[in-house]
Amino acid sequence: MKNIYFVWKRESVAYFTSPVAYIVVILFLLITGSLFWFDYFREINQLTLRGFFNQAPLFLAFFAPAITMGLLATEKKEGTLELLMTMPISDFQIVIGKFLASVTLLMVVFLMTLPYPFSLSRLGELDWGSVWAGYLGLILLASSYAAIGIMASSFVKDQVVAILVSFSMCFGLFLIEKFGGNPTGTSAHILEYLSTNYHFQNIARGVIDVRDVFYYFSIIVISLVIAQASVSSRRW
Amino acid sequence: MTEYSIVVENLGKNYGDFQALDGISFKIRPGEIVGFLGPNGAGKSTTMKILTCFMAPSKGRASVCGFDVYKASKEVRKRIGYLPESVPLYDDMMVFDYLKFIAEVRAIPSNKRQEAIKKVVSLTGLTNMITRDIGELSKGYRQRVGLAQAIIHEPDVIILDEPTSGLDPNQILEIRDLIKEIGKEKTVIFSTHILQEVAAICDRIIVLNEGRIVADDSVEGLEKKLIDVKGGLIVETLDGETGLGNLEGVISLEALEEKNHFRLETKDIAELRKLIYETKSENIVSLYPYRPSLEDIFRYLTSQSYLSAQRSDLAESVEREEEE
Repeated sequence: MKNIYFVWKRESVAYFTSPVAYIVVILFLLITGSLFWFDYFREINQLTLRGFFNQAPLFLAFFAPAITMGLLATEKKEGTLELLMTMPISDFQIVIGKFLASVTLLMVVFLMTLPYPFSLSRLGELDWGSVWAGYLGLILLASSYAAIGIMASSFVKDQVVAILVSFSMCFGLFLIEKFGGNPTGTSAHILEYLSTNYHFQNIARGVIDVRDVFYYFSIIVISLVIAQASVSSRRW
Repeated sequence: MTEYSIVVENLGKNYGDFQALDGISFKIRPGEIVGFLGPNGAGKSTTMKILTCFMAPSKGRASVCGFDVYKASKEVRKRIGYLPESVPLYDDMMVFDYLKFIAEVRAIPSNKRQEAIKKVVSLTGLTNMITRDIGELSKGYRQRVGLAQAIIHEPDVIILDEPTSGLDPNQILEIRDLIKEIGKEKTVIFSTHILQEVAAICDRIIVLNEGRIVADDSVEGLEKKLIDVKGGLIVETLDGETGLGNLEGVISLEALEEKNHFRLETKDIAELRKLIYETKSENIVSLYPYRPSLEDIFRYLTSQSYLSAQRSDLAESVEREEEE
């Protein structure tokens, strides 16, 4: 537990002492913010964050890989992972600590978007239930993308390759339901079930279903287990 | 406490087809400073990576402080300090923050961390650098930070992979002194290809070549070994070789780099010396027994002819065993 905290602390401090955190926060706020405020001033006949929640998964498919791409790849390239692996800390603790640090950064980003719902609530009665559900969905979705990003980062030494691999996977999982066309039949349901966006939209509607939460947890667990195995494979 | 701090038995490592280590064995007692010597690709780093539990051996076994590196890896990792060849550090961290992180991961209790950092920083001469970013440090200071992280938790065994490579002569001397200082209490293994370095620091040298141990001895022992094989006289003459090579008992004559210096190889030094004085005395400036330099020893031990001689010895002994 302590070791996870130490790794988490190091990575979190590293995020906020390097430009990475600030670039990610600024870009994410710039993009989602401009879209949000554009709607806010143009046509505000519905008091809802649907617009933001519809776009966010797409941007996260890029931002989550961007902040996780270097977590293991750079350490492998620089050799610092080799040194860390000769210390009394398990590979699992290394991977989890890094994962939690990236989730922390993403949660800070989401925190910065809270002015959107608060501005809306000034205009009238806002359905806070669906807003919080939407944020919970965002955190689950972002964590899944971060886990995928760490998995990709564990495969290679080059962070550019890592971001390309993880972006393709995240984007693929985002788009996959679109391949199904009108969902009828088993295969369409399978595609739908695999889609990150499908589960996110379920949650953002305000219905927190165990199946949707389970989906995200399985992505996180599978990705992190593979990432850990990939790190450990150096020892075999 | 076990008698040996490091025991390596028939250790082998393959990278795909390439055999990096081919069944090496050695034992190191607590408090010994051992130098690993060998050309690039001899297997020095591979041995160290196995001892530090970074890689698993393909065959054989190794244990540190009585714990197997594969089965009880965590126990081993608690007891070693390691500085890899490339000195990997987090460039974006301050020296102090980095050492604090290492102290945390090395499980130094929180009330003792400050003290441990203070101690290691003054030992490695980093006191003035503690608030600098690691990325800004010169090579010499990086190396010291690398050393500091390897010894901060006062491990029983310290493994340093080429700790002096790329440093200027002053820095090399400082690092050597530091290694000697540490080695008073701890077991230290370090690798190098600078020969004077091993002579200056080590109690014992292990020479590796092509994944095998070709020598495991003290510096004096190695010198003696080479004299036994390549015994001879160094002769300085007034002018040219003057027929020295034709004397009785001379196996070969080798002109040395220095003008009018020759090395005469012989089985019986006393006899040859007498003969030279009797027959060539008017031409001789000086005459003394051949003392191999470390370079000679190293070149000899890692030469192809020595390797193949060893292999044929091995083959013969195997054949003999089979016959019996």
